[in-house]
Amino acid sequence: MRVLPVGDDALLVELASGAEAEALHAELLRRRSAGLLSAREIVPAARTVLLDGLTDPGRLASELATSDVPPVPPREQAAVEIPVRYDGPDLAEVAALWGVPREEVGRIHADTEFRVAFCGFAPGFGYLTGLPPRYDVPRRATPRTAVPAGSVGLAGPYTGVYPRSSPGGWQLIGSTEAVLWDHTRVPAALLSPGTRVRFVPVGPAVPVGPVGPVGPVGTP
Amino acid sequence: MSDRAVFVVRSGALTTVQDRGRPGHAHLGVPRSGALDAPAAALVNRLVSNEPDAAVLETTLSGCALRPRSDMTVAVGGAPCRVTVDGRPAAWGAPVRVRAGTLLDIGPAVSGVRTYVALAGGVIVEPVLGSRSTDLLSGLGPAPLTDGAVLPVGRERVLHARVDVAPQPAPPAELVLRVTLGPRDDWFTPDALRAFTSRTFQVSSASNRIGLRTEGPALERARSGELASEGMVMGAVQVPPAGRPVVFLADHPTTGGYPVIGVVRAGDLAAAAQAVPGTPVRFVAVRRR
Repeated sequence: MRVLPVGDDALLVELASGAEAEALHAELLRRRSAGLLSAREIVPAARTVLLDGLTDPGRLASELATSDVPPVPPREQAAVEIPVRYDGPDLAEVAALWGVPREEVGRIHADTEFRVAFCGFAPGFGYLTGLPPRYDVPRRATPRTAVPAGSVGLAGPYTGVYPRSSPGGWQLIGSTEAVLWDHTRVPAALLSPGTRVRFVPVGPAVPVGPVGPVGPVGTP
Repeated sequence: MSDRAVFVVRSGALTTVQDRGRPGHAHLGVPRSGALDAPAAALVNRLVSNEPDAAVLETTLSGCALRPRSDMTVAVGGAPCRVTVDGRPAAWGAPVRVRAGTLLDIGPAVSGVRTYVALAGGVIVEPVLGSRSTDLLSGLGPAPLTDGAVLPVGRERVLHARVDVAPQPAPPAELVLRVTLGPRDDWFTPDALRAFTSRTFQVSSASNRIGLRTEGPALERARSGELASEGMVMGAVQVPPAGRPVVFLADHPTTGGYPVIGVVRAGDLAAAAQAVPGTPVRFVAVRRR
């Protein structure tokens, strides 16, 4: 763990992996709700956690450097289920990158249990991890100027769902009618850091072909 | 509709509703938002005896014009401008009583960028996550004002102070931003770090509520490769691949993947909000408090 000062009242904690960042984030939330930590913002990201609005960042920095972080506690809540139609325009390209038949992409994706590693880009946009590294895909060379709301995409190690129409460079494999963000709802965001997520195929069923060489992988 | 409202006659280039923003939701990807020149917004609220978190209007360069539907007290501050009521000059930086049906015209900024208009009682559009601020990055809060829009205004409180003139800092002729280096200053060459804290940049016309963009020397990286997305604070000076520093303002994204060379002191961001394109900018390295 490396603790970097950010301005006068924030700290960026750098960790070795996304899993460690997730564990530290959970621990910091626990401390804050127990009244042991005062921070306006606790923002997890790929391999860091940002703490902003601290009263004594120096003291917290030395405290963190010597503290043990317990592993992510198991979540009691059921996974959020997102109905998805695997009909994205980049399905064939992703299948080629994965080296599987086109129909297999949805099955692999839907067999995976995801977690929200962090949020960003837009309110309600979660960066979901869970797919094994061999399924990492590059972003599209040319981003689309408008990705429809509800598009399910892949980029690097992440899966995400666009909460509203916006430009974007992720490889789109499907679409959902789930509402990712609704400010009149409590909570407004369907997904927040740590949420477990499962994609449930709907509509034209993903054809159940013979089990290919890859098979249903990525299940926990 | 109650007659506590104003009719927008001229919305100007970009006029938004702003309060103190919606901190505490960065982990959901929600920017903080809020008035860019927070001291100016707080001052005009005080001048009309509003609560500190009342929503005001923030104009950009070209002002706006409003027609109140009932008598109301208003105050205009921030970027200096000509204020008229039915064509007659009225005070800037002091409370002004405006009669129902008259035309309150907030002229273009004479210097600076953002003028603030407080209406006694505050603009009472529906709050989102506790704030009425327009967030231009993610589209939360009310849309920017349009001609013909009607804005509801809260009930006026009794004025508890009468002010003839309220001192306000002039918009900067040169923008001096105190900056603490890091967290990613080690991504830049020693030459780039020297250039960052000794050369003069200029405010770019591409600046907006998301960031103050600059033109000037390109800062060269010491390492290539990509930085994994990480949390960003207000005042962070992010350096995209082209090498021109961008100072993150209220509507900045909550995470980002370009290295942050330093962080501007919060107290200097109001001046950054008032620096017109072309204003010289210097980043002065200071020690952490």
